Amino acid sequence: MSGNNQIELIAVLLIFVGTIFSFLSAIGLIRLPDIYTRAHALSKGSTMGVLFILGGTFLFFIMEGYFSIRLFLGIFFVFLTAPVSAHVIIRAAHRSNVELAKQSVRDDLKEVREKDLYESRTD
Amino acid sequence: MKKPNDVIIRSVTKVAVVIILTFAINLFISGHHQPGGGFIGGLAFASALILLFLAFDIETVRNHIPLDFKVVAAVGVLISVLTGVGAMLLDHPFLFQAFGYFKLPIFGKTELATAVLFDIGVALAVIGTSITIIMTIGDDR
Repeated sequence: MSGNNQIELIAVLLIFVGTIFSFLSAIGLIRLPDIYTRAHALSKGSTMGVLFILGGTFLFFIMEGYFSIRLFLGIFFVFLTAPVSAHVIIRAAHRSNVELAKQSVRDDLKEVREKDLYESRTD
Repeated sequence: MKKPNDVIIRSVTKVAVVIILTFAINLFISGHHQPGGGFIGGLAFASALILLFLAFDIETVRNHIPLDFKVVAAVGVLISVLTGVGAMLLDHPFLFQAFGYFKLPIFGKTELATAVLFDIGVALAVIGTSITIIMTIGDDR
């Protein structure tokens, strides 16, 4: 029984860490200045938060004697798709000329895109 | 205009579609004893196809999946009706469902129910209808 309690403690700790990650990423969404830094905070923070929560739940169900393949697939799927969705949103934002924050120093991608545009016009 | 570079979303789509299709079939199979069933399984299947339509263009997907989805919906409704009529042929009321336990080579003792056939019809109808709606909205013609 004590072994079970220890696994339960680990599961609870994982879920707790996951909620803290999600909370920090939500604070980042409010505090950070522009869409790029916000997506930076949200994609990484909430992905890790969801992963920790799902991992804790997975461990808890293994302790109950039930191997949940759906949770396992969910962990893999979130880990695969959440960063890509952030990438697509950021890309769309940069392509529609959303301003960077005032503190930012340089924007290499913008120079490359303008060069591409110029070359395609002169062709 | 240079072609946009879609390599990240396309490669991820290739992996994600496999997972979504597996999950759709899992949802469909588990419908008898757990949450799931023909409707939600068909919707998950359709969502995988829509992800393909988004990542690649419509013509490419159509060339690789040469199905007329209106026909798919019609076949689904036909299967559902035929399971009901089949019960009438065996002197049971319309839509009477039977089940039994069989010994299969790999799975061992398995419960097979005629309700699964009905569910296949529901799933095909849902897939056909949702994809037809998306295609008619999405096409330029």
